[in-house]
Amino acid sequence: MSKLENQYSAKDEVATVFIRRTFFQRALITLKKAPFTAWLGMTIVFIYIFVAVFAPFIAPYGEAQIFKVPYAPWDEIHVFGTDRLGRDILSRLIYGARNTMGIAILTTLLAFIIGGGLGLLAAILRGWIDQLLARFVDILMAIPSLIFALMLLSIFGSTAFNLIIIIAVLDSTRVFRLSRAVGMNVAVMEYVEAARLRGEKISWIMGREILPNILPPLVAEFGLRFCYVFLMIASLSFLGVGIQPPTADWGSMVRETGELIQYAQYDITAAMTPILPAAAIGILTIGVNFVVDWFLYLTSGLKDEHK
Amino acid sequence: MSTNNTDSSILLEMKNVSIEGYSDETWHPIINKVNLSIRRGEVLGLIGESGAGKSTLGLAAMGFVRSGCRFTGGSVLFYGKDLTKMTEREKQKLWGTKFSYVAQSAAAAFNPAHRLINQTIEASVSHGIGRQDQLQKEAIQLYREMQLPNPEEIGDRYPHQVSGGQLQRTMTAMAMSSKPDLIIFDEPTTALDVTTQVNVLATIRNIVKEHNTAAIYITHDLAVVAQMADRIQVLRYGDTIEESETNKMLKTPKEGYTKSLWAVRSIKKKEKKSKDSILSIENVDASYGSGPKVLQNVSINVPKGGTVAIVGESGSGKSTTARVITGLLPPQKGRIFFEGKKLEANLDERSKENLRRIQMIYQSPDTSMNPRHTVRDIIGRPLDFYHNMKGDEYTKRVIELLNLIELDESFIDRLPSELSGGQKQRICIARALAAEPVLIICDEVTSALDQIVQEGILKLLLRLQSELNISYIFITHDIATVKAISDEVVVMHNGYVVEQGMKSEIFSPPHPDYTKLLLSSVPEMDPKWLSKILSSQKSKI
Repeated sequence: MSKLENQYSAKDEVATVFIRRTFFQRALITLKKAPFTAWLGMTIVFIYIFVAVFAPFIAPYGEAQIFKVPYAPWDEIHVFGTDRLGRDILSRLIYGARNTMGIAILTTLLAFIIGGGLGLLAAILRGWIDQLLARFVDILMAIPSLIFALMLLSIFGSTAFNLIIIIAVLDSTRVFRLSRAVGMNVAVMEYVEAARLRGEKISWIMGREILPNILPPLVAEFGLRFCYVFLMIASLSFLGVGIQPPTADWGSMVRETGELIQYAQYDITAAMTPILPAAAIGILTIGVNFVVDWFLYLTSGLKDEHK
Repeated sequence: MSTNNTDSSILLEMKNVSIEGYSDETWHPIINKVNLSIRRGEVLGLIGESGAGKSTLGLAAMGFVRSGCRFTGGSVLFYGKDLTKMTEREKQKLWGTKFSYVAQSAAAAFNPAHRLINQTIEASVSHGIGRQDQLQKEAIQLYREMQLPNPEEIGDRYPHQVSGGQLQRTMTAMAMSSKPDLIIFDEPTTALDVTTQVNVLATIRNIVKEHNTAAIYITHDLAVVAQMADRIQVLRYGDTIEESETNKMLKTPKEGYTKSLWAVRSIKKKEKKSKDSILSIENVDASYGSGPKVLQNVSINVPKGGTVAIVGESGSGKSTTARVITGLLPPQKGRIFFEGKKLEANLDERSKENLRRIQMIYQSPDTSMNPRHTVRDIIGRPLDFYHNMKGDEYTKRVIELLNLIELDESFIDRLPSELSGGQKQRICIARALAAEPVLIICDEVTSALDQIVQEGILKLLLRLQSELNISYIFITHDIATVKAISDEVVVMHNGYVVEQGMKSEIFSPPHPDYTKLLLSSVPEMDPKWLSKILSSQKSKI
């Protein structure tokens, strides 16, 4: 047995070296193992993103283009009919993907920058800064967020900018709690201590030492938070303080066409009209959740790889 | 009570057992056609470095493989029946009754929410071995045999209310509760202090002998296995290297690898007296928060270019001393002098230059390297941070450092998870060296490693010291390591310095009581050592 020589060499110690794979190769292996629900979720999300990006090319008419016949029935010209001003429902649905999802993504990103940054800061510094931030977050979380958002929007006015800022701040409280909790587990590790002993600045410790190690739960939370933000915007729009007309948006579309549902016994297709934007909201939420579930399963370590 | 086996029939026989493990999308061999047999009442020692397949083989003796592993050949015959061909249900019946398993970390193996006695008899109750009250009585008897304090009452406690050594003994009692034919001990004393280890070893040995139970004793510590086993089997990379009776194996090892294992405790450093001091701490008191004092009036002097070893068991304040020196825990009282100047107590007030000159290496390289950084980032960061190196110069220096620690360029893009334990610790050493320090604090740097790897690391540290004239503070509980590497020794106990002086003074009598206990508790290769030490301790009482 030639490998069992008396000679000891540090280079020859046994270690599991992973085969060098490109990101694409690794992604392919992971995707092959993905369950059906994950595929369904990914397909849904992909279709939504496609529609949102290419809305002007897919939509048959303009976002706020008005036709002569309000409440037109479903036919070849207007696939899902028109609303009370005579705007094409299908086109508005397609543009709605762009507006609602765009604002939701911006808001979620902002919430993560605020909440994640402060959460990590609290996890590293501890002490009074941590106490102050945590108590402030407790106060914000004590007020029901939909009512709080309604109040703030009526004070500051319902512009898209205000909408993004207000929801982002309210949602960052949840992100703060998560990133503080997972960040604390990493902040006590010896490599963070080693970085402190080296004299590293706090920005390095946050961004380079801790963040890469807590990314998986944060990415999963991003998906879930996106759903909540998205639902919140839709709810606010439904209540009339969210995205303002003439911008197409699913929440306000439900509100505008909502009364049609009572004519279900006379004209079933007309009654379906408010269901369409509501379904658009619901299906995306389910799709994102499928993907997040799978991602959590992959990264949580609770899986049994071989069965 | 006889040590001779009246019934020498074979209890368990493993023939050509092969096991594979799944990782990185393929199956890798872990055990290659290993044979193992054990008679009734016999203790078999399984030794080898980590990754040798000791634990996998130990579990396979019960017909069990961890998830992600599979049997690919061979048979495990227990009373002539093949365990690998049994269904899960049949095996489960055997596991609770005929087999027991004692894990390395008793603290992790106990459920913190249940009383010890209920956990001790749980398996026996669920397998219907006896009535609950009867089993409880037997458990108390076992506690008595294991020499646990208050055997009548200790069972009513919860796991966190007893010490690590007591918990490990309770776990052995748990294993004995079902009166098994075979117990597998997987490094049962590795996590314990030497002074505790002696007692646990003695009780395990007695109880196994008295109940005539067969045992497989897995460890990487040769001195321990010499005390415990009738026969020793050496494993490496999933192959059997050598197998024979303990005495024969110790006296005349055949294979080169076995000989190299035996030779491990052979490094000796000539002590060197140095007058210049690089660092000294004077009359330091320290505590965590408002808790009790962890350090009391501690003064330590570190000679320039020399090594001070701080020894003591866990809780003695060794690591706290390191935290005080690095500035992580400013002391309540006392001063620190570094290169003749007073050093700021708090880390945040120290200059970058002083931070650079004192570096630290940790016990566990797994937690002291960021799992998401490559070797290049880990070693390179101090280069960039302290010396402002960039580009080619940076890469060149990283490779130089890798060569210095006896690794090469091929390691540069690996992540810590792709390194063995010894390689990881070497990378940590390189990270400390990258800063070009004058003092390195080594906190139990070899205690998580196998002996053969330990020797490599210690040799490296000694070589670096002679080449670069670095001073070390070497914190350890292992006396062999102290003998190998130190010039001066500080013995600590309960936050006090018991004794301080040159190595030759400390290791020659007369000793203070505590030093004597500590020194006598270190296992030796002589198989009669444990019996001797126990009789000498008894005669004193």
